[in-house]
Formats: sequence, structure tokens, C-alpha cells
Amino acid sequence: MSQAYTPGLTITPYAKLKKIRKLPIKGEVLVGIGEWVKPESIVARAFLPGPAHIVKAGEILGVAGEDLEKHLLKKVGDKVEENEVIASSTSFFGLSKKFVRSPIMGTIENISPITGNITIREEPKPLLLPAYVEGEVVEILPNEGVVIETKGAFLQGIFGVGGERWGQLKVVVSSPAEPIREIKEELKGCVIVGGTIDGEMLRRAAEVGVKGVVVGGIFDEVLRDFLGYDIGVAITGQEDIPLTLIIMEGFGELPISQRAFNLFKRFDGFLASINGATQIRAGVMRPEIIIPHKEEMPAFEVKLMNQLLEGTRVRVIREPYFGLLGKVVALPPEPRILETGAKARVAEVLLDNGERVIVPRANLEIIVD
Amino acid sequence: MAKAILAVDCGSTTTKAILFSDEGGWHLVSRGEAPTTVEAPFDNVMLGLYNAVRELEELTGREMLKGDSFLIPSMNGKGVDLFLATSSAGGGLQMLVMGVVKTMTAESAHRAALGAGAIVVDCIALDDGREDFQRIQRIREIRPDIILLAGGTDGGTITHVVSLAEMLSAAEPRARLGNLPIPVIYAGNRDAREEVKRILGDKFSVIITENIRPRLEVENLAPAREAIHELFLQHVMRQAPGYNFLMEATTHPIMSTPNAVGLMVQLLAKELGGNVLAVDIGGATTDVFSVFSQTYNRTVSANLGMSYSICNVMVEATIPLIQRWLPFDVDPKEIKNALRNKMIRPTTIPQTLKDLYIEQAVAREALRLALEHHKSLARSLVGVQRERTVGDLFVQTTGGETLIDMSKVDMIIGSGGVLSHAPNRAQAALMMIDAFQPAGTTYLAVDSIFMMPHLGVLSSVLPDVAEEIFWRDCVVPLGSLIAPIGSIKEGEVAVSIEGKENLGEVRFGEVRVFPLKEEGEFIIKPHRALDLGEGKGKEVVRKLRGGLVGLIVDCRGRPLQIPSQEEKRKEWLRRTYQAFSLPLPGDTR
Repeated sequence: MSQAYTPGLTITPYAKLKKIRKLPIKGEVLVGIGEWVKPESIVARAFLPGPAHIVKAGEILGVAGEDLEKHLLKKVGDKVEENEVIASSTSFFGLSKKFVRSPIMGTIENISPITGNITIREEPKPLLLPAYVEGEVVEILPNEGVVIETKGAFLQGIFGVGGERWGQLKVVVSSPAEPIREIKEELKGCVIVGGTIDGEMLRRAAEVGVKGVVVGGIFDEVLRDFLGYDIGVAITGQEDIPLTLIIMEGFGELPISQRAFNLFKRFDGFLASINGATQIRAGVMRPEIIIPHKEEMPAFEVKLMNQLLEGTRVRVIREPYFGLLGKVVALPPEPRILETGAKARVAEVLLDNGERVIVPRANLEIIVD
Repeated sequence: MAKAILAVDCGSTTTKAILFSDEGGWHLVSRGEAPTTVEAPFDNVMLGLYNAVRELEELTGREMLKGDSFLIPSMNGKGVDLFLATSSAGGGLQMLVMGVVKTMTAESAHRAALGAGAIVVDCIALDDGREDFQRIQRIREIRPDIILLAGGTDGGTITHVVSLAEMLSAAEPRARLGNLPIPVIYAGNRDAREEVKRILGDKFSVIITENIRPRLEVENLAPAREAIHELFLQHVMRQAPGYNFLMEATTHPIMSTPNAVGLMVQLLAKELGGNVLAVDIGGATTDVFSVFSQTYNRTVSANLGMSYSICNVMVEATIPLIQRWLPFDVDPKEIKNALRNKMIRPTTIPQTLKDLYIEQAVAREALRLALEHHKSLARSLVGVQRERTVGDLFVQTTGGETLIDMSKVDMIIGSGGVLSHAPNRAQAALMMIDAFQPAGTTYLAVDSIFMMPHLGVLSSVLPDVAEEIFWRDCVVPLGSLIAPIGSIKEGEVAVSIEGKENLGEVRFGEVRVFPLKEEGEFIIKPHRALDLGEGKGKEVVRKLRGGLVGLIVDCRGRPLQIPSQEEKRKEWLRRTYQAFSLPLPGDTR
């Protein structure tokens, strides 16, 4: 078996990160190499072609497409104002007049002699790309964007909703399992951290203007109520919600891990950039929390292939020991038969509560110390 | 003559390499797998492929790679003679289809795209209930690999199909991969070809094929499917990370995974001379393939899967419908959180029976929904005037009926982790029976290690070899099912069965499983109100194959009569599980 266990998510006090910031279409880069940028700095911009509107001119005037030309007041390439008459017709000896008006301000792109439709395109819309993280511009991608290097704490969550946001980090509980019970007005614009959160507090966070919420676990129904719908497929980040929510451990009443909690406490008050975007498949994308700081320490290297060994610290990520932490004490080479009847490669784990249990290796997550 | 064949399937999650060898008959040697590396941070499909092949080398002791080059042809026990590949990595082939009328040209275009192995991201039609601006917005949002535009019969009006072209031009969608113009296959009214080229020529790469619906009563899917296959290789694959190397390394053209499975299903139906239904339930999607009355259909339910999209099954099916398959009490909140956790950690496996049965309950619903989807697309042409017989006068239909008749399916073959790797083969049989509710007599099997794509691409080169390996190593026979249609009072004798020995009677509401390994002839007599496909009460004589599960006689009714009262339902399920000798949570084993 190539890889029978889940590599753990990165949680480190210090990492050198390179963030590629790219426009979705070609545009203009606005910063230079060596420039120090803040999350809100605009590093590049592009102009998206405006949306097009189709006006059924022939149908409105009651004429065939091939006859439309003689009723036109504008031609392809002309700019038009909203509500401006672009075609008209007269019938019954001038007694009845029909008009075709432009529904938008834009440019006439196509007039079809077949369908009698007129396509009008809105003016291009500027698309501004913010830096998202504080750091130094280390590379320019001509017409596309930049690479920003930042140094600081880096934490990955397991699941999130909402896109890129940033704000001051505030730990609002005193222990990893403690639920968020109060959200004061002064937390407006902050990224808050707690053990768990219920529906009422999540709504309160949105009302106050909190930018982000980071918790250990959440109940499925709380997320559903907050979003107003059930998430079906694990592709997130585009939700139209007022804050970004990051879940560090999973669904249910799960405390935030001690290691992550300690890091959040250590950098309480620092500026944090967060992104809830999650995509679970090959090339998996997990939500992230980046906390730039200037304390120099050995940089953490993200290992893509961790190894499960005797002594490795692990967390069980499936029932019946879901969420429990422990240490691998044996790795029997032969597959074992589970309660389900399936044969699987397993590990013997000494849980922190003193219990010694057998767990399929696929259900273990390595905790990198 | 080839002696060793390497076939690789680059799936969206894992790359599976299989070695076949001829040692006095073709057979499977071994299989290696590794995570697919088509997406970031690797961005090169070859890395995962080398890993899978190296694992295969370790398992077989046969050298197939020298550095990054494949050893072709084989020599002195090294290398292979054929190197074949299929791919669905990076989301597979994603297509937008457009047609004038939703149930006519748009539906034909939909069928053509699905049959060519694509995932249809949207189907735009002028009567799809959306406004023009909504359609344009939607086309702008999606990033298809290929667009199939159809509409109008040859010689008919061109206005409608031209308006679709104008809509497409206005939307200006961007390609998912690379910066080349998106290919648009035009398969509509031939009189509109020049106008369509004029409208789309500057922004897209326009390919003209024969009309998909030249006349209302004729569907001509083959030319459009051919064009899709060609573009998949020449356009889409060349843009995907690392595929240029793969295309050069393989000895034959790469095939899209579902297309390869479809070839194998068609070969199987031809060999059996009957109707076949095949399903592949994966982590993200469920594909259903059928050959009914020699008509091949394939659908993909893009968001019905067992990991990545398991929560979408929960949303579409709803918790009560999942819960109805569980023979024990469980809090709905617990199910929801368990499925959410499976979604975010998809590589985990059930350790407890309770957890396993929750997953298998979800699988039943995913399979049921996927079959419903398949039935809705695998149907006769809508709006076609047909000559009627006297018998038809009482049946008021205008076409559009599904081709899938579950009382006429001869064989069902299941594939995908939840079916192929079910800890007990009887669980796989029961999942398919509950989800699909086949009636009459049906033969059930599973794909041993998800080998159908590999054999499908092999069948395009050496069909006899593919078939030989299919029956020897791919198909795991589960057994035959007898299931009468209809419903009678519980406890009444539903069927009596005689074979070499008298198997006796099975009562309504019961399931019985008889051991049967080989093929045998049976005389089955149903209750006068029940039907085994020949009419109510009519006795049938059938040759039925056995398998690892045996001969299954399911007299729980068609449609299945699930008790509505909670305790009765659980008891009913417990009896069913016991009939298949399946353990229940809490049993002492």
C-alpha cells in the first residue's frame, strides 16, 4: 500500500510561505519586486469583459431579422446609454410607433440578421487583486500577478466556508474546549478563536462584523442554519456570507487541538490572513490561517509524505475513537480483520486516556511536532 | 504477439496500474496504485503514474521502467508489449451542451456527450425555464473543455440554433485548461453551419459534424461522439499537466475512463446477448451504463459519490431515506456529523459495523438516485410520431419512455470501492438489490478490483484478450436473483422453486438465500398475483448461474414493501440481514 494513513495538517509557529497571487485573466501588475505589501494592498488589476445582454429587437418591433437593418438607429460598435432607443418602427401610417431601448449602458456588439437579436455588452469591469497577506513581493509574473513571501505561523484547518479575509487575531476563550459564549462590539473586524460555536453566537459574530471565526468543531446543523442550505460537495470558498468560518478538527463537539490553541494564544493580537476555501480530492486544498511575525526560527518544511512509525503521535479520525489522541506503539505488518469483517493494515495506539486500541492506519492522522 | 500488457487508469484520486500476462492464457498478474498527481502541488500526471508502476514492479518483480522511460517491447522477462491508459483525472472531460428544445435536440446532445465519457456541467436549451441573461451568466461561470451545440432538423428553421450561437458568443466562456480557444462542436441544422461559423469563428475553435437530429425521429449520435473523442485527445489531454508525456509513452491512444468502461459493457452485452446494467460508484461521481435492446446509454451523476460528494447524497436523498436502510437506532444528528466527517477525511474506512452500515445505507441511496437519473436520460425519442398498433391505442404515449425495465435486465455488474471492497460479498449483492430493485430473474456480479477501464481500453486493441481476462479475473459472480413483481399478503406463499432438488417455497415478505455455485435449471412458480416477467401467476423455467452468495429469492415485493412502522421496519431489515448471514451490530461473532 502506498499510503494507508492521512498526513496531518500543518500547524507550525514558523514557515516561509510563498503566496502566488494571480489574476484570472491577463492584466497589469501594480507593484515592484522588493515592495512590502499589506493584505489590502492592490497588487494587480484586470478588466473583465462586461456581461452581455441580448435584446430581441426583431420580436419587439414585429419584423423579421433580415428586415431589422432599416429600423436600426445604431450600428455595431456604437456606445449606448441605458434606456436609449436603438431601433424603432412605425406602422398604420405613423399612428403606431414601436421602440427598442437598451436595457443597459454599453456597446453594441452584434446585430443578427437571422434572429433579429441585438447583443449589447456592458463596459469592462475592473478586477482588483489584493495582496491578501502581509509580506514582500519576490517575483513578478508579467501581466498575471506576483509572488509574495511572508514569514510567520501557518495553520491548516480541516474544513471552511467563506473566502480570503484578514483581521486582528483574538482568542476569546480560555481553554481549547470552551465554547464561544460572548462576542463584544470591539471584536468588529477581528478573527476570533474559540473551542466551539453555536448558531446564536455565529449570527452574533456576523452582526458585530467579525471577519473570521476559527473553532475546533461545529455541529452540521449550525453550519446549515448559518449558510441557509446544506453543503453537498466539498468545494467551498465562494459562499456569500459575511465572515469566513474555519473548522480545525471536524464536525461534532470537538475541541481545538492544544497545539493549535497554544499557537493562537501566542500570537493573540497579531494580524491574521485567513481563507476558508476547501477542496477535498486529489490536490486537496484546506482552509488556512497565516499569521505573519518577525520572530526568526528554523523554517518548517511541509512534508508531503509523512511516515507512520512506532512512537509517532497520532489522532484517530474516525469512530469509535474519533478525535482521541495517542501514540503508535506497534505496527503489525499483517492485515487484521476489523469488526466490519474487512481486512486492513492497522496500528496499535496507546491513547492519552491510557487505553490501548487497534485502529486501521487509514483512520490515523499524524501530528507533526 | 503481445505477452505482457501494462494498463493504467489515472483516476481523479488514485492512479491504478495493472499488469496482464499471457502464460498459456491471459490473466491479471497484479495491481499497483498511487495518489494521482495531476493537480497542485505536483501538476504532473506522470509522477503518480510512475509511483503506481513502481509499486507494480515491486509486487511482480518485473522491471517495466528504466528511469522515466517504459521498456517496450518486452524482452527477457522485462518490459511490456502494450502500454495503454485511460484517464478521468482532473475532473475528467467537462462539457457544456446546448440544444433548442430541452427534450429533443438538447437531450440528444446530452446523450452524445455522456456516451462519449463526458461530465455534462450544464445543458442549455431555449425552453429550460431560464432567461437569456441567466443563461449567459451561467455559461460565463462554467469553464468547459468542449461545447456541443445542436438544434434544428436539417432543412428546418435556423433562427433558434443561431440564437444559441449568439448567446454563446455573448457569454465568451473561458477554457478550464490552457489558453487555447474552446472547441465548439456544431451538430445542428446543416443550413445554419455558415452562420454559426461566422458568429463563433473568432472566439472559438468551431468543428462541424453531422446533425445529431437530422430528422425528428432520427438520432445520429455517432459523428458527434467521434468528434468528442478526437478533441478529448487532441485538445483537452494536451492541455492537462503531464499528458503530453503520457500520450507519447502509450502505445495506443488514451481513452476517457467512462468511455473505456462503456466499451467493456457493450462487449459484455454482445457476448451475453441480453440486457446489461453496470454501475461504478466512486468517491465523487456515480456512472451508470446500460445496454437495453442493443441500445447503449451512459449517464454520470456528477455529485453522487461516497466520499467527496457523500454529503450531496445526504442532501438529495434526505436523512429519513438513508435511515430506512439501518436495522438499528441512530440519531439523525449522528449520521449527519459522521457523513460530514467522511467528506472532509475521505480516505478513512469504517471500523465498526454500525459505521459500515451507515455508509452502505448511503450507497443504496446514491445508487437509487443514479439509476433514476439514468432512467430519465436513457429513453426513447420524445415528440416522435409513431405508427400504432391496435394494442397501442389504449396506451397514450408520445415517446420519451425510459428504455430501462428492471424486470428485463439480465445482468447487473457493480464496481467502485463500496461494492468491490465490501467486507462481505453478500453486502454488495444486497446493496444493489435494495437500490435497483431488479425483478424477475437477474444475475449479479461485482468488478473484483475496478478493472473495467483497463479492460475497456484493451478491448479497443485486443477484444478477445479483454474478454478472456474479464471472465477470468474481473467478474466476481455473486449469484442469481429471483424477485417476483407485485404484492400479496405477508406470509402467503410467493414462489415455489424446483431445481435438481426441490428448494421449496418462499413466503411473501421473506428473503431466502440458497447455496448455488454452478449453473442450474430451475422451475419457478409464482403466486397467481405475482409476476416473474411472463405474466401474473405464470411459471418460468430459467437457467440460473450461482456465485459466492448463491441463489437469492427476494419476496419482499416489487416495488419493495418497506414497513412504515419503525419497529417493524427494523425487524424486517434484521430478518433480511440474517437471511444473507450478515452480522448485526451487537451480535457476538
